[in-house]
This record gives sequence, structure tokens and C-alpha cells, in this order.
Amino acid sequence: MAAVQTSGERALNRLAIVAVLVITMIFLAPIYWIVATSFKPRNLATTIPPTVVFTPEISPFVKLMTKRSQLREQPTPEEYAAAPWWERMVFDGGEKVVRDGKDQVQWSAYPSRFLNSLIIAVTSTVLAVGMGTFTAYGFSRFKVKGEGDLLFFILSTRMLPPVVVAIPMFLMYRIVGLTDTHIGLIILYTAFNLSFSVWLMKGFIDEIPKEYEEAALVDGYTRMQAFFKIVLPEAATGIAATAVFCFITAWNEYAFALMMTNRRAQTAPPFIPSQVGSGLPDWTVIAAGTFLFLLPVAFFTFLLRNHLLRGMSFGAIRK
Amino acid sequence: MATAVISTLDPKSRAAARGMSDIAIRNLFIVPTILFLIVFNIFPLLYSLGYSFTDFRASTNAPANFVGLQNYRELLNDPYIWNNFVVTAKYVIVSVVGQVIVGFGTAMLLNRDIPFKGLITTLLLLPMMLSMAVVGLFWKLLYDPSWGVINWALGLGKFQWLGDPDMALYAVAITDIWMWAPFVMLLSLAGLSAVPKHLYEAAAIDRAGPLYTFFRITLPLVAPILMIAIIFRTMEAFKTFDLAYVLSTQPSTEVISIRLYKMAFQEWQTGRSCALAYIVLIMVLAITNIYVKYLNKVKER
Repeated sequence: MAAVQTSGERALNRLAIVAVLVITMIFLAPIYWIVATSFKPRNLATTIPPTVVFTPEISPFVKLMTKRSQLREQPTPEEYAAAPWWERMVFDGGEKVVRDGKDQVQWSAYPSRFLNSLIIAVTSTVLAVGMGTFTAYGFSRFKVKGEGDLLFFILSTRMLPPVVVAIPMFLMYRIVGLTDTHIGLIILYTAFNLSFSVWLMKGFIDEIPKEYEEAALVDGYTRMQAFFKIVLPEAATGIAATAVFCFITAWNEYAFALMMTNRRAQTAPPFIPSQVGSGLPDWTVIAAGTFLFLLPVAFFTFLLRNHLLRGMSFGAIRK
Repeated sequence: MATAVISTLDPKSRAAARGMSDIAIRNLFIVPTILFLIVFNIFPLLYSLGYSFTDFRASTNAPANFVGLQNYRELLNDPYIWNNFVVTAKYVIVSVVGQVIVGFGTAMLLNRDIPFKGLITTLLLLPMMLSMAVVGLFWKLLYDPSWGVINWALGLGKFQWLGDPDMALYAVAITDIWMWAPFVMLLSLAGLSAVPKHLYEAAAIDRAGPLYTFFRITLPLVAPILMIAIIFRTMEAFKTFDLAYVLSTQPSTEVISIRLYKMAFQEWQTGRSCALAYIVLIMVLAITNIYVKYLNKVKER
């Protein structure tokens, strides 16, 4: 009887489809606006009514990557003609590219902050997932005294507010010279992701039948060999999903990075907001920086789509 | 290496003959993680517990003096701190209620025959995967009274979202709802799709009205998963820092984490901030405890 729909039900369903489409559009609008703004000339970024149709240009990305200063006087036609295409874009915006004494173009701070984010996120992910997988196996296969309490302890470290942990960590880092270093942030992010990785990986390993390893043990494998040759390949999907979650968390993290770094090891999340000072910021450049920063996460979200539920519930809800 | 050894079925002799014992492996796998967390989470917390009883200031070289419970006493009697907690509570309520309404509502709509459901769900989940600080920052432009798309789209003229002290907290909460309603939607959807279809069919045969069906069948069965979403979001909203800090400098949006950050890293009242951190910590651990209970409950089903 469920297959037979009355006309009323069909109308209701159509209404639901329209509502879902509207909601999806509203939810995606801010992201669309970031992408659109990152391809606009500066004068079209803040117009009323908003500029929707425009010729996209990549000048925001050129400006994002280079160090610029205000043009005091217009470049001569010869200068303008001699400049490469990307430098002309900066001229068009009323600015010029800063060069050092050897006439080398100066990069902005953005690429180095982006690289910092990459180094710190990748390293801490490898460490957290590596340690987490071993520990999850330990909890999954062996009897551990006070297992529930230990697992609660592990999870509770993840729930600590960053500011609460950051105050003593800052004082301790100051003593050992780890403030504003990559290692300092890597340690914090590894600790933060480790508990998540243990919980999620435990769920994945619990699903691998014990019989696989037992058969291997009977065949003469050691426990270690069984772990590396039987369990790890079986858990590959889970490890990949956990790694992507850890990467995204470390990549997006803001509070620790704000408090622990200021220059050398600063990551992109505290850097991008610091570019919005007082006055009227160049939103096209901020949008360009945001867009590049969001790209990897958007890509990974798509890869991860079937594991999101599991990851977001620390492995409690499986599908 | 040891694969050639003939296996016996007695586990003890097998373990003794080849490689490490199971207990050694268990310890090797578990202990480093526990140690790592103790060294980098618990030890710092003990360190700051010590400082919370002193008047230490990290900006000076003056030695820390033991002041006993003075920091705690002063904090709990400080009306400004209480106000920070009130702001935080208001923020938690507005943003979590908003997320539940929008998230659960969207899940109800999606729990039907919708074309491209998988794709739409993935697209809807995108905001919560993005960096709160970086994407939240962009809402500054969206909220701008002169050039903001929001005022233009809603025809609000020069409405002050972040500029008006009374409105700013709601503006931050709206951004938070945008980011995290998808989280509630994701979990609700899992709960809704697990409700057995035959229950609805039975209700239809009994000519139960839609309201009765919702309150007697749908809601009770989705409740445990919905509770996980609500508790988790409550905890996160209570700890919130990034969004409010990036979007607004208004005192009316100074949630407790921001107060703590300013006290520790701008006013350098290290001892006092350690005490406040402990007060916050105890509250968070209480919520975590409830959260884990619900997680285990859902797991057992």
C-alpha cells in the first residue's frame, strides 16, 4: 500500500523537494560567494546590488601570492609594457609588486603559512593515526583492566577546551623553546587527534573478524605478523577515513595556532583573519586565500562522504 | 622469520616460542598512547592547577606567591565573569536550538523520496567540514551593513548585524547554525532511516494522524541519536571560541573562552586564568560524562 500514493502525498513530496532545493541553495550560498569573490576585480567585490555576472579574473590570486605596495605614481607606458602579465594586473589595481635589491619578486606571507599548515597537518595526522591504530588494536583484541575508564580518559582529553590546555602548554613551551615552532603545534595536534583516532579505529578493528588472525596464528604467524599482514590490510579503509578526519581537524584548527604561533610556524587559519585589519580590507584577496585553503577540505569531504556519520559520532554510529 | 616454526595449539608455548607474548604486545600498543596523553594533557593540567593557587603573571619575572583559594573566590564573586557565563549560556541555547530546528527539519524533509539525495546530503554537509575561523571570517563581509549580501537579499537596508551589541550574539549564533545544523541533520537522518517502515504502515492502518505518528513513533525512536547530537553541540557551543573571536569584538559576545584567552594571553593574569580554566574544565568534563553515557547507549543497540 506504500507504493500507491494519493495525489495529496505526491503534492507533499513535490513540496519537500522544492524545500530541500531551497535549503541546499541557502547553505551553499556563502561558499559560492567566497568562490565568486575570489575571481572578481576589487571594485566589484563590494557593490550594491551585488555583482553576480562578471568577467572572472585571477588578479586576486596574483595579489594573494605577492608582496605589494601602494603605487605612488602611475607606471610609464614603457614600464607597463615591459612588465609581465601578472604584474600588470597588480598595476591595474593601483599597486605595485615589491622587489628586493636583486630585482627578485617578493612573495607574500601566504604561501609560507599554507606550507606550514600542510607540514603540521600531515605530520600530526601520520603520528595520531599510527599510534591510534596500534592502541585501538590493543583495546579491541586484548583484555585491558579498566578498559571503559581508560577509553573515557582518552576521549575526555579530546573534549578539553583548547584555551584551557593552551595556557599551561604555552608556559611549558616557553621554557623548552617550543613556542612558534612546527614541532610545538605537531605535538598539540597529535595529542588532540590521538583520542579521536583511537575511538574511530577501535570501531573499524572491532569489525574485522578475530578468526582471520587466529587462522594466521595457527598457520605459524606471530601476533605481530598477524597484525601487520592480516589486520592492517583489512583496516585500510578505516585507516584512510580516520587519517582524512585527522587531517581536516588539524588543517582547520585555529585556537591553538593563534596562541602558540605568531610568525615562523603560523598556520593559515590564524593568518587569514589577521589580514582583515581596520578599514576596508581587500575582500577579493581574502576570498582567494580562503578559496585555496578550502579546496583540499572540500575534496576530502567528497571522498569521505560515506564515513562522515561514523567519524562525527566517534565511531558510535555505523552504517 | 619465525613462520617455519611448527605451531602447537597451546597458546602459552606458542607465544613463548615465537616473538612477544600477547601481554607484551598489548602493553607496547597501548602504553605509549596513554603516556603521550598524560605527558601532553594531564601533566600540563596539573601544572596549571598549581599555578591556579598563585598570583603568577607570565609577563613578569616576579616569583609566584601562593594565595590559596583567593583566585577562585574572586572569580566566583566577579559579576563580569558571571556575565561571561550568561553570554555563553545564551549563545549555547540560541545556537543549539537553531541547529536542532534547522537540522532536524531538513532531515525530515530529506527522509523521503528525493532525487539526488546522496549528492544533496554531501553538499549540505560541506559547511561543517570547513574551518570555523576562516569561513566564519567571510561572514563579516556577508553581514556588512553597506555591502553585505544578507541585507541586500532580505531588503534590510543598513541593518547592523555585528555592529549592534544586542544583535551581535545572534549574528554569531546564526553563522554557527549555518555551520553545524548539517551535523544535527546527519545524525537525525541516521536515526530516521532506522525507524522500521512497518511501524508507519501500522499507524496508517490505524488511521493515526501525522502529529500522533510523529510524537509516538518518529520522535521516541530518533531520540537517542538526537540526544547525542544535542549534547555534543552543547559542549562545543559552550567551548566556542573561534567564531565569536573572529567575527566580533563586542563585549556582548564575549563568551567564557574569549574571556579566558584575554585573561591569559592579553592581560597576563596567569594564576587567575588557570583558576578560571579549572572552573570551565570541570563543567566540560561533566558534559563529557553525559555524552559518553549516551554514546555507549547507542552503541549497544
